[in-house]
Amino acid sequence: MRTLRHARLRTVAGLVIVAILLFPLYWMINASLQPSGALLKPSPELFPANGTFDGYRRALSGQLGHLVTSLIVSLGTVVVSLAIAMPASYALAQLRIRGGTMFLFVTLIVQMIPGIVMANALYTVFSNLGLIDNYLGLILADSTATIPFAILLLRAFMISIPRELSEAARIDGAGYWRTFTSIIVPLSRNAMVTAGLFSFLFAWADFLFAITLTTGQSFAPVTVGIYRFLGNQSADWNGIMATATLASIPAAILLVIAQRYVVAGMTSGAVKD
Amino acid sequence: MTLTQEATAGRAETRARPGRRRSQRLAALAFLLPALAYIVVFFGYPLVGNLVMSTQNYTVRSFYTGQAPFVGLDNYAAVFRNPVFGTAVTNTILFTAGSIFFQFTIGLALAVFFNGRFLGSATLRSLLLLPWLLPLVVSGAVWRWMFDQDHGIINAALRALHLASGPTPWLTSTSWALPAVILTNIWIGVPFNLVILHGGLRAIPDVLYEAAELDGANAWQRFQHVTWPLLRPVTGIVLMLGLVYTIKVFDVIMVVTGGGPADATQTLTTLSYGLSFHDFAFGQGAAVGNILIVLATCFGLVYLRSARASLSEVAS
Repeated sequence: MRTLRHARLRTVAGLVIVAILLFPLYWMINASLQPSGALLKPSPELFPANGTFDGYRRALSGQLGHLVTSLIVSLGTVVVSLAIAMPASYALAQLRIRGGTMFLFVTLIVQMIPGIVMANALYTVFSNLGLIDNYLGLILADSTATIPFAILLLRAFMISIPRELSEAARIDGAGYWRTFTSIIVPLSRNAMVTAGLFSFLFAWADFLFAITLTTGQSFAPVTVGIYRFLGNQSADWNGIMATATLASIPAAILLVIAQRYVVAGMTSGAVKD
Repeated sequence: MTLTQEATAGRAETRARPGRRRSQRLAALAFLLPALAYIVVFFGYPLVGNLVMSTQNYTVRSFYTGQAPFVGLDNYAAVFRNPVFGTAVTNTILFTAGSIFFQFTIGLALAVFFNGRFLGSATLRSLLLLPWLLPLVVSGAVWRWMFDQDHGIINAALRALHLASGPTPWLTSTSWALPAVILTNIWIGVPFNLVILHGGLRAIPDVLYEAAELDGANAWQRFQHVTWPLLRPVTGIVLMLGLVYTIKVFDVIMVVTGGGPADATQTLTTLSYGLSFHDFAFGQGAAVGNILIVLATCFGLVYLRSARASLSEVAS
């Protein structure tokens, strides 16, 4: 009886903790629904009682193009990252390769290179190659963060696939490519989803490459859109928070439908087992 | 652990026929080639390019003429003479230390709390991941709105609770701006610490707690003598990862304060960005970037050492 009440108390405490920590998100949605006049009153309205969708209308008319740009860049980053990381992880996990450990060490190290250093150097290269304000340029730049992560995650998974499986396939006459596409790829589906999901989220959230590798004309992902919105008219909190809410949707959806993969990806970098 | 696995694999391989072994090596190389090429082009080149740039007088004109005169260590000298550089170093240290200390302690407390079995603990814990998954620009914008001096909820709450006599100028005062961005960054980083530490807690066998309880240990003693020592490997990794991530934070500061007011929240990352992309002194921006790399690498090496130590602990 005592432990039951104890457990109930913990549930209540847990709810309070979550409410406090997620309050900023509520406050964002609240502001996204209130007319700008209400937001500038001396004491804030706690609920969007006289709600309006004006902010979302302004967000969509001004930022829809940026949201689409972000979507294209993010999907492109997923494709490029998996296309490069999958075969590499197969080689590292399942095939005997000289210098494989060295390669893994390098992928660990390059993750520590600050993005600003990459951006500084990439800007000079990209401006010569015409990759500034360009989908391919941003996709390739975002992949610098996602490819090493994907390789480490996928390799850690593929190591657990018994080598006998691919050996048997080869005895049956399948080449390495065939073994890769018909055995390794289907078996690695879950790890691929995790790697792809994190690549998407990273590219969607990227601000550093987005602000340095675009010039501020028409081409900009939504993160840069919000940043400019803040700088230009920081009184329109209603429109800014509506844009911010729209930009949070992918993360919220992924947390709901793919929570298992999210946790798998977060812990993969730290807890190796 | 992985090393031993690879070693046994290698031994099995030597028993195979040498012809097949060579063909497998070639195949492996072919599969690895795209990743290898990508890493050389997108990491090797920028690293070298940045080193070269830091010794050149690289300006906007250099982009058109393709020429940047060699100036030796002048860029580094200019950076060290720049009064903002000292501020940036101090701020980077304060920002990193403050963020990590509170992210870790709050994350650990929450991990212990949510490790208990009670109704909805898993659901509530997963909800807490949301701040970490959001784009940092979104989180930064929300906190900037909450910190707003006249209309922000934080000053309104302080006023309502009679904790402050007047509105606190969070983002416009040079003494409050840094604590404000640190607070924002703590909020962002708690979920990451929570998830990893929770994973570490789950790996501690229940029997140890039961035994400690039988020996009459109270909750704090159980934490002190069972949880803390057994969590050590995970703790080391979380702190190191946090350090490596936090030291290069850019988005949060850019969105909440933009490095201001009067450079009060300038860190090495935002300074490097400002030098390159606002003053178009790409050589100096590259120099600050290289200093940041040296710092990050030092911490990174410590991380790798602790990672290897914990890996061999798991393997043994």
